[in-house]
Amino acid sequence: MQKLIASVVSRLVISIPYLWMLIFFLIPFIIVFKISLSQVTMAIPPYTPTIDIWAGWQGLVNSVSQFSWDNYTFLGSDPLYVKAYLSSVIIAAISTFLTLLVGYPIAYGMARAPATVRSTLLMLVILPFWTSFLIRVYAWIGILKPEGLLNQFLMWANVIHTPLNILNTNTAVLIGIVYSYLPFLVLPIYSTLEKMDYSLVEAAEDLGCPPITAFWKITFPLSLPGVVAGCFLVFIPAVGEFVIPDLLGGSETLMIGKTLWNEFSANRDWPLSSAVAVVLLALLVVPIVLFQRSEAKAQESEK
Amino acid sequence: MNTTWSRFNIVSLVIGFAFLYLPIVLLVVFSFNESRLVTVWAGFSTKWYVSLFNNKSFIDAAWVTIRVGLISATFATILGTLGALALTRYTRFRGRMLFSAMIYAPLVMPEVITGLSLLLLFVAIGFDRGIWTVTLAHITFTMCFVAVVVQSRLVTFDRSLEEAAMDLGATPVTTFFKVTLPVIMPAVVSGWMLAFTLSLDDLVISSFTSGPGATTLPMRIYSQVRLGVTPEINAACTILIAIVAVGVVIASIANKRREVQKARDEQAAARH
Repeated sequence: MQKLIASVVSRLVISIPYLWMLIFFLIPFIIVFKISLSQVTMAIPPYTPTIDIWAGWQGLVNSVSQFSWDNYTFLGSDPLYVKAYLSSVIIAAISTFLTLLVGYPIAYGMARAPATVRSTLLMLVILPFWTSFLIRVYAWIGILKPEGLLNQFLMWANVIHTPLNILNTNTAVLIGIVYSYLPFLVLPIYSTLEKMDYSLVEAAEDLGCPPITAFWKITFPLSLPGVVAGCFLVFIPAVGEFVIPDLLGGSETLMIGKTLWNEFSANRDWPLSSAVAVVLLALLVVPIVLFQRSEAKAQESEK
Repeated sequence: MNTTWSRFNIVSLVIGFAFLYLPIVLLVVFSFNESRLVTVWAGFSTKWYVSLFNNKSFIDAAWVTIRVGLISATFATILGTLGALALTRYTRFRGRMLFSAMIYAPLVMPEVITGLSLLLLFVAIGFDRGIWTVTLAHITFTMCFVAVVVQSRLVTFDRSLEEAAMDLGATPVTTFFKVTLPVIMPAVVSGWMLAFTLSLDDLVISSFTSGPGATTLPMRIYSQVRLGVTPEINAACTILIAIVAVGVVIASIANKRREVQKARDEQAAARH
């Protein structure tokens, strides 16, 4: 009896979240893929259904033969989309690197801080992460505007005499991404640095190794798992970012998340935006799998 | 040599935290500005808060947001905890790889993809878009965060406690509620809080999955921001920041208290 209950319970524990994720995460992707193969129509919903499950086998054969790859050929032939994908990846890569430059010293400083202040510092890094993404991006509009606070300050300090145009450029998008995603990068690096055994560095320095060499030969390699996890956490969502390029970027900013949104809401071309999403996902599948592997590995090593 | 490093550390921390906090501080300061301009200080005033509380569309949006947040965070916590249990306790079941991929992928998935795919699901099954579709969408993406938070607590959990309870005749369900759950409770609570704030903050997924009459606060703020920067938005943002900050501070104080209490109990136990 006890065993029977245990097996029923274990089935439930696994199947409830499993089914939920199948219905609300996996099946939606299949639908996106299906709709990306259909044609746009002036209707609600604005696409021709390609599969009619009630029509049976013959219906399935019919609809598969109606699948059209037009949306994908269109994506490949229109330089706008190719450029948008490329520039999303480039902007995400540059901002990931910049985030690392800003974030690593913070994580390092936190890990070397006295144990008593460490938990406070940790909370200070997490706190902005709890405040809304939208609010944090919005805050930068007031700072970067031509008549904004940064220009006022720089002109007051006599560094510049004419206001800089930063808002609505790619620079503003980079600043926005670095700012918004910084905690995602600091936290994993901090957790690897905090667990590190600093007697290794002390030993190297006792043997005459200069601190900078000791850092590059010991500390940095040991913190690599955190660096990798942090970079994935910044890079992957940044490629598909929508809010930041929309609010801080300008007409020169081509990012695929924004393109997808425009196709969807302004042009109401659902099949094409589905195709954009499928290609974006295909682009991100490799980094997502790598990220998931490194997370699983980290979990294993903790056991 | 040690002093130069620590000076470097302090400088990098000060600059880093200034970068993190200055924009938020400026935003809050200018919500109390007398002038309509957000960037020129003209004196202290709370009039933007008054006008915000008289703005019915903002108040309505706030209620929608709070309702969605409370309901979705609660369900996400239950589902996420179950997911974490499935991942840590059952190392072998059919499709475990797929399951763990489905838990980790939403953490990094661009929101436009998640939002679009959920919208197309709701349209395909003919579900009218509104507050419930937003809630379902929020449960889905926040439960993965809960699962990761709870899982990190479960991997360090001492299983012998559960075995002892079972040996003494407790059923698996009783064991879970009397032994496992109390121990992992702090992680479950912070999972709930994380789910609630993620739901409170979400713009993109809500915009895709919401329908008429279900405008959330971030959606309201966003449509206002596109028209330009106003002190009223600063006031709305300040209120949101204050709610979250108070919640986080209370939670961390409670956590610290619990730890102190635990240390005291352990000392007392050692003395006997």
